[in-house]
Amino acid sequence: MKQSSARAKARSRPAAIAVRAAKRGDVAAVTALDARITGLAKSAHWIELYDRQKKAGQPAGIFLVAVGTDTPDRLLGFIVGEIRAWEFGSSPCGWVYALSVDPESRQLGVGETLLEAMAVEFRKAGIAKMRTMVARDNLLPMLFFRGEGMMAGPYVQLEKDLN
Amino acid sequence: MKLQIASRLAIFAVLELTESLDRQLTVADIAAKYGVSTHHLAKVMHALGRAGLVRSARGAGGGYQFCGNARRTTLLDIIELFEPLGPNGDAGEPGSGTSEAGALDIVLGEIDDAVRATFGSITIATMRRLVERGRRPRAAAGTR
Repeated sequence: MKQSSARAKARSRPAAIAVRAAKRGDVAAVTALDARITGLAKSAHWIELYDRQKKAGQPAGIFLVAVGTDTPDRLLGFIVGEIRAWEFGSSPCGWVYALSVDPESRQLGVGETLLEAMAVEFRKAGIAKMRTMVARDNLLPMLFFRGEGMMAGPYVQLEKDLN
Repeated sequence: MKLQIASRLAIFAVLELTESLDRQLTVADIAAKYGVSTHHLAKVMHALGRAGLVRSARGAGGGYQFCGNARRTTLLDIIELFEPLGPNGDAGEPGSGTSEAGALDIVLGEIDDAVRATFGSITIATMRRLVERGRRPRAAAGTR
């Protein structure tokens, strides 16, 4: 079992990871990867998000994809971020809105590479703080973001049932 | 938020043992650094050993080595060896069963959830990075 898993990982290991700005043609693969992970296909959402980011004149590359340098058409993962400012007095910060890595390409540094690329984009825009929101019981992303040095921030997320 | 002494010592001991690969330390080494009794620390190390996180090392000097997975072991895994975290329930407490106590339980539950989520998402590897980050400014200040 372990051997076949190792073989599968070796097959899926790219020569190197390349990060680039997402293209419209990537949205289908992004939708498919997100659907695999969340169990919910949200095609209209990802198309709308991609188009909105382009229209709003956000810094290019804030919707980033990771591919293998030797497999440029195979999506390894993606990250989406945006710059938010002055929410209840919060000075401009970079929000990581979504980050997903192909389950067969995990433990290869794809998530770390994407997050660092996003940090570079935020720094280019003059942003010095990066934030995200993760469900408390969603251990994998919690462990990942903690491992990348992210700590609880000064804001608390609040919610209320409206039904 | 305060942890019991045994939990704190266990975390410190594991951090000491994971400072470098295959590091081997005696109970006396660790106890001396943190100013605690070897007797108390020995009990803590025994519990960590039972949990498969450390093993006693043979050979000259003896001591302990970390044998867990630093990228998978969380603070919660260690703390829960020594103390329960989370709701204890208000049975027997004054006012238990009242709607006021129920409302208070909701608030306390929110705090408990946050505590568990924090301890449960910080691994020993992440803690080691925090320790190193804390050392850098001090080391830099020392060179001035």
